[in-house]
Amino acid sequence: MSRTSFTTRILYRKGVPLWRDVVVLQWAAQIGSAVLVIGFLGFFLDNVIRAAEIKGLGLLSYGFLGEAAGFPLPEAVLEYDPSLPFGYAFLIGLLHTLKVSLVGIVLATILGTITALARLSTNWLVNKIASLYIEIIRNVPLAVQLVFWYFAVFQQLPPVEESITLPGPIYVSQRGLNMIWVDPTATFGTWVMFVVAAVVLAFVLHRVLLGYQFRTGRSTYPLATAFATLVALPIVGWFLVGASPLSLTVPEMGKFNFTGGLTLTPEFTALLAGLVIYTGSFIAEVVRAGIQSVSRGQFEAARALGLSPLQVLRLVVLPQALRVIVPPLISQYLNLTKNSSLAVIVGYPDLFFVGRTTINQAGRAVPVFILVMACYLAMSLLTSLIMNVYNRRIRLVER
Amino acid sequence: MTLPIVPTSRPPALSMAQWLKENLFSTWYNALLTFVAGGVVLFVLYNMFTWIFFRADWTPVTSSFKLFAVGQYPTDQIWRVGAILFVMSFLMGASWGVWGGTMRTFALSLATVLGLVALAPVGLDRMDLGVRAWFIANPALTGLGYLLGRKLTHRGRWVMLGWLLSFVLTLLLLGGIPGVSILPAVDSGLWGGLLLTFLLALVGIVASFPIGLLLALGRQSSLPVLKVFCVVFIESIRGVPLVTILFMGSLILPLFLPEDLRIDRVLRAMLAMTLFAAAYMAENVRGGLQAIPKGQVEAAKAVGLNAFQTQLLIVLPQALRAVIPAIVGQFIALFMDTTLAVIVGLVELLAIGRAVLNSNPEWLLRDTEVYLFIALVFWAFTYSMSYASRRLEKALGVGER
Repeated sequence: MSRTSFTTRILYRKGVPLWRDVVVLQWAAQIGSAVLVIGFLGFFLDNVIRAAEIKGLGLLSYGFLGEAAGFPLPEAVLEYDPSLPFGYAFLIGLLHTLKVSLVGIVLATILGTITALARLSTNWLVNKIASLYIEIIRNVPLAVQLVFWYFAVFQQLPPVEESITLPGPIYVSQRGLNMIWVDPTATFGTWVMFVVAAVVLAFVLHRVLLGYQFRTGRSTYPLATAFATLVALPIVGWFLVGASPLSLTVPEMGKFNFTGGLTLTPEFTALLAGLVIYTGSFIAEVVRAGIQSVSRGQFEAARALGLSPLQVLRLVVLPQALRVIVPPLISQYLNLTKNSSLAVIVGYPDLFFVGRTTINQAGRAVPVFILVMACYLAMSLLTSLIMNVYNRRIRLVER
Repeated sequence: MTLPIVPTSRPPALSMAQWLKENLFSTWYNALLTFVAGGVVLFVLYNMFTWIFFRADWTPVTSSFKLFAVGQYPTDQIWRVGAILFVMSFLMGASWGVWGGTMRTFALSLATVLGLVALAPVGLDRMDLGVRAWFIANPALTGLGYLLGRKLTHRGRWVMLGWLLSFVLTLLLLGGIPGVSILPAVDSGLWGGLLLTFLLALVGIVASFPIGLLLALGRQSSLPVLKVFCVVFIESIRGVPLVTILFMGSLILPLFLPEDLRIDRVLRAMLAMTLFAAAYMAENVRGGLQAIPKGQVEAAKAVGLNAFQTQLLIVLPQALRAVIPAIVGQFIALFMDTTLAVIVGLVELLAIGRAVLNSNPEWLLRDTEVYLFIALVFWAFTYSMSYASRRLEKALGVGER
């Protein structure tokens, strides 16, 4: 023992040579990778700082967000002019991304569900039309579709004076889409409170009545009552608030353009059409797979127990189908949101568009870029959070 | 695929009238649906045909085939692209001969597409006989490769090596070697069209494979530091749109590098595509890794293999076999995603379309024809690739053991 030198003892701890000791190797790998990653980051940062010093730019200062933006936006959901600060333009970009994503998600879900039902139809022709739509749309890049919608469809439409009239009325022209819409009036705020109250009351009623039904075994019609509350209260409120809370506004041809109604720019409409039609084809496959995942036996067994077709759908088929549908559906929603960054191709001022313009104008590439990335990442993380919560919930329901 | 509500098993022989009744007019609302849908289909078809054959003007497409195919690549150097295609055709044929099965679908699709191009319905001034003969030679080479491959069925490794070498050869041929007189350097700014589209997707998928593999292993690893790095990288790339990654490559990356280190634009886009693809590749590979039963690892340990050997000899061979279809699917997605390079100023297929439309004032209103043509090209490639990949999935028996 005394003859083993100090180095030997260090090198042969536990009788294993140091270069084969698992613990040592693991630590070496961790430290090595950390040094590598931090080294790379440091190298990058060093270069940026040096470049920023040469150009005289603050590296990560966000002070410029308060300066006047100086660039116009093709359209804006809030009042906007170039004298307003960069931060405000950025906010509008973010709102535009959210707007096109939310509207797109709703419409794509509707389109996808209809297509899925058509795919499951026994009618050969309807079935084939749905598959054709899916096979064409899924195999053409979204960017090509967007360019097609914008340049080959909307730019080729007749000028505003000769716009095409669709039932509604909806007017379609080079200037985009003009359609009938509702405008909130002075009493709108009060009425919204009635709607909120209706939602809360319906929820509480459903819970209470269902609990009562479980305890006593007597049917209390929880769903029907809740639904009736949900419909009745807003109607009662509509008449109670006095003047009608919403007024119809119809587009009318003025001297040069339409006035009144809802105007959607060709950029927004082309982007929306592209996103909805593209994502709809993916959602269709998700929904179809979900419905097909419920085995026929489930349906037959529920019927044998004496449930009505509606009850079968609500209590047996949907809960099982939704478990399969919802996770991929949410990731499709996230895809749609991320894909909305292609707005830059058609010139719709979304988050990425405004970010890029800001970089061109103010030159603060790194901070702006971090901001844009952070916004997208936040949306993704929020989505995966929702998905994890949902997955945990349905796991609990399972047993 | 079985339908839950509709029984798929039908009596084998149905007369025409029975078939119609069962599939189109089974109930009154089905009949109504058939009439409405049929009317719409006839209307659309009629308008499409009259437009395609009488009203559309296809000259912007037919007079720019070279641009769509290779962009501004110097005309006297196009033989290099031709040579690359020859190599691909031959290797495809050889793979078909050696492995058969799904490679047959891939090889035959490639041969058919190239053969059809030779018969393109345009005048000889647009595509002369030499070019057509060259296109015809491609299917012939595939056939030759097949015959050779049949003889060497036990030499699969050689064909594999051939594919790897062809990747290097492609980059060398396209870029040229400075100092070699028959291969003068061709600036990457001149690469364009379908050539660039394929190149971006190929480089992306090939280069992302080793990175994605390491990331997936890192994410599965028990070492916390490694794991955190990998998870952060994968999730932040997957959380943002590809557009922003491409933009980062084109605008932010130069800021991160020293002044005197300049990477050209195409290479930066390739780098961005690779990083993007690597994050998704890592998730695909992770799916394969997770599908390996724990007993495999435990058995490997019991036999006395170390961690490295366990991964290399036991886990990865099984995991990678299971993720081949997913990788093919990812290649198809990446192939379509290359169109986003238009945003950072690369002249891939979509950008060529824009350039062609702007090149002649008479074509200003021909957007529909040009973009439909581009959509058709993409559709033809992606559809045939996904068809082949579905067959591959079946052949590998993924999901059923």
